[in-house]
Amino acid sequence: MSDQLIQIEHLRKSFGGNEVLKGIDLTISRGDAIAIIGQSGCGKSVLLKHLIRLLKPDEGTVTFDGQDIATADSRWLREMRYRVGVLFQSAALFDSMSVAENVGLGLKESREYSPKQIAEKVAEKLDLVGLGSATNKYPSELSGGMRKRVGLARAIATDPEVLLYDEPTTGLDPITSDMINDLIVDLRDKLNVTSIAVTHDMVSAYKIADRIVMLYDGVVQFDGTPKDAQTTDDPIVQQFINGRAIGPIQVR
Amino acid sequence: MNHALESLGRRGVNFVAKTGGIFFMMVKFIASLKDIPFSLRLIVEQIYLVGVRSLPLIITISIFIGAVSVWQAAYQFKFIGAPLRLLGQAVGKAVVIELAPVLSALVFAGRVGAGITAELGTMRVTEQIDALESMGISPIRYLVLPRVVASTLMLPFLVIFANFVAILGGVIVSVAGVAVSSETFLNGFRDSFNLSDFNNGLIKAAVFGFLIGIVGCYEGFNAGGGAQGVGKATTSAVVVASVLILVSNFVFALMLFRI
Repeated sequence: MSDQLIQIEHLRKSFGGNEVLKGIDLTISRGDAIAIIGQSGCGKSVLLKHLIRLLKPDEGTVTFDGQDIATADSRWLREMRYRVGVLFQSAALFDSMSVAENVGLGLKESREYSPKQIAEKVAEKLDLVGLGSATNKYPSELSGGMRKRVGLARAIATDPEVLLYDEPTTGLDPITSDMINDLIVDLRDKLNVTSIAVTHDMVSAYKIADRIVMLYDGVVQFDGTPKDAQTTDDPIVQQFINGRAIGPIQVR
Repeated sequence: MNHALESLGRRGVNFVAKTGGIFFMMVKFIASLKDIPFSLRLIVEQIYLVGVRSLPLIITISIFIGAVSVWQAAYQFKFIGAPLRLLGQAVGKAVVIELAPVLSALVFAGRVGAGITAELGTMRVTEQIDALESMGISPIRYLVLPRVVASTLMLPFLVIFANFVAILGGVIVSVAGVAVSSETFLNGFRDSFNLSDFNNGLIKAAVFGFLIGIVGCYEGFNAGGGAQGVGKATTSAVVVASVLILVSNFVFALMLFRI
């Protein structure tokens, strides 16, 4: 089993004439904890969506465990998606379903578990995110932070090897953000997952990642440890991680 | 001039893209039919939401369809001097062949087609469809299949009700407003009634229901840009479905009702 899990080569993607990704090269190894940082609209979420083929590359390839995912058949794709959990930016809970149904949906639709097994797994995952008592609530009754935690419980329901986080702390107060960060670190340590988080929250990035990748103008501008990021003399990275309005990065 | 041409060109491209997209949605739906056994619960749920819940509306409009048809037919009969005993035949035919299927379909497009697009469009812009896909669940099987199956099955079912209720509305107006007895009206209706007309009306309704479901799902899946995008998609779903209903209805007339 190779150590490399995901390989992205020369990935390009445009939307209606606007080229967002202009040739991304990135290799992700098993056990990595990566934070992908960059300005809003720089294509971080677009990159994340390519990893599970919610979007297909215009050019270039994304390889997961040795398989080019653009050409994979639907069976392989389904199995791959079971191995990957995603926490969406807005949590993306199904509003017609209760918390427990949301968390258990993937298990139920896989048709591999009995209702009792599903209930047990759902309870276990909800306990893990500290929401054991919210099983029968509906998403509309939850706060933003609680929704994110339910989204996290849903993402880990199938015991994935890889977790993708799209802006896990955006829109949350600092205390809730920190709680989510703790959960992410906890999951990484307890479940030994590979985690890839897209964020522009540097506090969160330092806490949850041991590798920082910065996207700028559609390419990888920086790839290194959090320490390297803090000490690099790249003015673009420095401007971003220190949050300064003045510098080489133009605010769009 | 250039501007007008450019805008015309863009509209042309959009039209082709939409036609292709709707066709592609049909293909994906047909490919998902093999998954019906795994989606029975979802289909039953949609049959209730789409079909049973539409019944009060269909019944209400049908009473008035029958009522106005009798009134207007009597008005025309008066001018051309046609005997009022033929009222039941004329109105009965019109209801069974055209009025019940087509008007029910247009109302169904407004209620169910718009509802499907608004729901799926909201799911699209709030990433719920992405979430389904990321969990290895096919949104076509989970969302499109149950809705399109339900609307295809339930519109004919609703049209059966619409036929009965419209004739009832017709009887009421003919007795109360035109002074034609219910026996005369219903005898006329019975004389002209033809089972193949009735069946053809239901076949049309099934096709209309299918088109409404497919267009509703297509527009919802392709909604973008927040609340405004969902609103636009919903409007578009009703417009496109209504046009398709009326165009295909004319094709049906040429095919099924030979002069």
